[in-house]
Amino acid sequence: MAIKVHSPGLSTTVQDLGRPGYYHIGIPLSGAMDREALRSANLLVGNDENAAGLEVVFMGPELEFTAPATVAVTGGEIPPKLNGEPRDTWTSFVVKAGDVLSFDFLKAGARAYIAVSGGIDVPVVLGSRSTYTLGALGGHQGRKLAAGDELPVGSASKSGAAGRKLPVLLRRMPGSPATLRMLPGLYWHRITEEAGKHFLADTWKVAPEADRIGYRFRGGQKLAFVDRKPPFGAGSDPSNIVDACYPYGSIQVPGGTEPIVLHRDAVSGGGYFMVGTVISADMDLIGQLQPHMPAKFVAVDMTAALKARKDQDALAASVRAALA
Amino acid sequence: MKTRYSFGGDEHIFVECDEEMSLQAFFKGLSITNGVRDSRIKGVTEICPANASFQIKFNPDEIAPDDLLAELKRIEETASKSVASLKTRIIEIPVLYNDPWTHETLMRFRERHQDPSSTDIEYAARINDLGTVDNFIKAHSGAPWFVSMVGFVAGLPFLYQMAERAKQIEVPKYLRPRTDTPKLTVGHGGCFGCIYSVRGAGGYQMFGVTPMPIYDPTQTISYLKDFMVLFRPGDIVKWKPIDREEYDQTVAAVEAGKFQPRIRDVSFALDEFEKDIDGYNRKLQEALYGH
Repeated sequence: MAIKVHSPGLSTTVQDLGRPGYYHIGIPLSGAMDREALRSANLLVGNDENAAGLEVVFMGPELEFTAPATVAVTGGEIPPKLNGEPRDTWTSFVVKAGDVLSFDFLKAGARAYIAVSGGIDVPVVLGSRSTYTLGALGGHQGRKLAAGDELPVGSASKSGAAGRKLPVLLRRMPGSPATLRMLPGLYWHRITEEAGKHFLADTWKVAPEADRIGYRFRGGQKLAFVDRKPPFGAGSDPSNIVDACYPYGSIQVPGGTEPIVLHRDAVSGGGYFMVGTVISADMDLIGQLQPHMPAKFVAVDMTAALKARKDQDALAASVRAALA
Repeated sequence: MKTRYSFGGDEHIFVECDEEMSLQAFFKGLSITNGVRDSRIKGVTEICPANASFQIKFNPDEIAPDDLLAELKRIEETASKSVASLKTRIIEIPVLYNDPWTHETLMRFRERHQDPSSTDIEYAARINDLGTVDNFIKAHSGAPWFVSMVGFVAGLPFLYQMAERAKQIEVPKYLRPRTDTPKLTVGHGGCFGCIYSVRGAGGYQMFGVTPMPIYDPTQTISYLKDFMVLFRPGDIVKWKPIDREEYDQTVAAVEAGKFQPRIRDVSFALDEFEKDIDGYNRKLQEALYGH
C-alpha cells in the first residue's frame, strides 16, 4: 500500500509525536505542531496515537491511494474531498484503490492532519518518523513532500470503521484573539516594569514568518530594557545574552521588537534574551494560528500552568474514551 | 559567579551559571549536569549543557517542579567542589578562509552588516586591532578553541577561543540576521566561533568554510557512520588554514570515503590551562601532531 503524491500542497510533511532525546545536540523534538489533532486523527482510523500522519499547512495536497484504507482529516478546517466529493473533517472515511484525496480552501485554523490506517511507514530515524527539514532528517527523505513522491503505508493492525466522528466539544481550537498563557521568567528581568505591562496588555498579530521553528508576532510596542554593561561574550545589543539553551515555547524578542515563540522544530539555543515560556498546554494552539491573526500573552504562575496541563490531559483522555 | 534558576514553562528549568562567558562558568555547568545525569532523577527527560548555563527538560507529571529545583540546588552544592577537568579529544578542522561561497553570500546581505564597504573578515580584523586579514587568520587559527555548547541547529558547535580574554576575538552579530548561510561556514558572533552544520539562516560574521562535514543525517560519511553528529561539549578544535587546492582535494576525499579527520585523545585541566595558557596550548598541539 502506498500514497502517490500528485501535488504536495504548500508544505506537507510526515509527522508523528516527535523525536525526544537529542535537543542537547541541536536536534529538536519535531512532530505534529498540534499534537492533539494528530492523536485524534490516528484514533479515528484505528492507529496508535503516535503513528505517523501528514501535517498540511494552509493548502492541502492531492493524494492517490493504491489500496483500500481508512482515512481521517482533523485539526484546522481544510475540507477534504474524495474524488471531488466533500467529506467531513474529524470523521473517518473509507478510500479504495485509485481514489484521489484533495482539499478545498482553508476555512479555519492553519494545519490539518491526515491519518491513514496503518500509518505512514517511512523509516524510523532516532526513534521517530517525524520530518526535521532544517536538518534534512526523518520523514520522507528529510524534506517536505514533492509531486511524484510515493509514501509507503504500514499494514493496519485493526481497521478503523468508517463514519466514526469526534464530538465537537473534544476539538480544541484557538479563539480570537488567541490566548497564549505564558510563565514569565528566564530573562524577564531584562525589560522594564513598564515594558512588561505593555507586553501583556498589547494585542499582537502573527507575522508572515511563522513556521515549525517558531512563530513571530508583531504589532505590540517595542520593549524597553533595563540598562546594563554587556556581559562578556553576549554582544552589545541589549537583547543579547551569552548564547544559551532555548526552551520549547520560549518567547525571545530580538532587539525588543518582535516576539518569537519557538515551536516543535525549535533552534535549541542562541543569543537572544527570552521573557518567558508559553505553557505546554497552549503549544498546540499556536500551530493553528494563521498570519495576521490577533493573539495575547497572558501571564500565569506554575500552579495555573500545571492545572492547564491536567485539563489538556483530561481532554486527551476524553478523546481516547470517545474513540475507544 | 552566582547561579540563577528559572522555570521555562512547566517542562524546563533554565540555570544560568554566570551572566558572562568563561571556562569556569562552563565547567560549573558541566559538573552540575554530570551530577544530574548520575543522580538519575525520575522525570528528567533531557539534559542540555550550554556555554555558561544549562537546561533540564522534565515531565511535571513525574516530578513536581519545586522538588526538581530543590534537587538541582543540592547537586550544585556537591558539584561546586569537583575538579574542573575532563578527558576529551582535539580535532583538526581545515578551513579555507576568504572562500568564494561565503564571499558571495556576504555580498548579498551587505545592507544587513555594520560595515557594508568591507567584507566580514576585513571588518573583524580591523575592529580587533589586527591590521591585516593575514594577521587575523593567524590569530584565529593560532590558539585552539573549546566546544562549550552544541546546538542552535543539528550538531553546530559553539567555540570558545582558548586565549586570555584580551586576545579573544570579539565581533557583533549582523545587524539583522541573514536568511542564508552556506553549509560548513566558519562563523563568529560575540566571543563565540561556530561551524554552521547545515545551510540556513544565521547572524554570525562569516570568515571561511571547511570541507569537512560535521553532521550527516544519512550516516554515509566514513567518520559519521556511528553517529550523525561529530561534536560534543568539551571537544577541542584546532583550525588549519588551507588553500583552494587542498580544499578541493579534501572535498573529493570526503566524497570518496577516504578522508579521516585528525583526532587525538587528550585530557584538559582548567587550573593548569589558566596557569600557562600558551604553554598548555603548545602541549595540546603536540598531542595533535606528535606521534
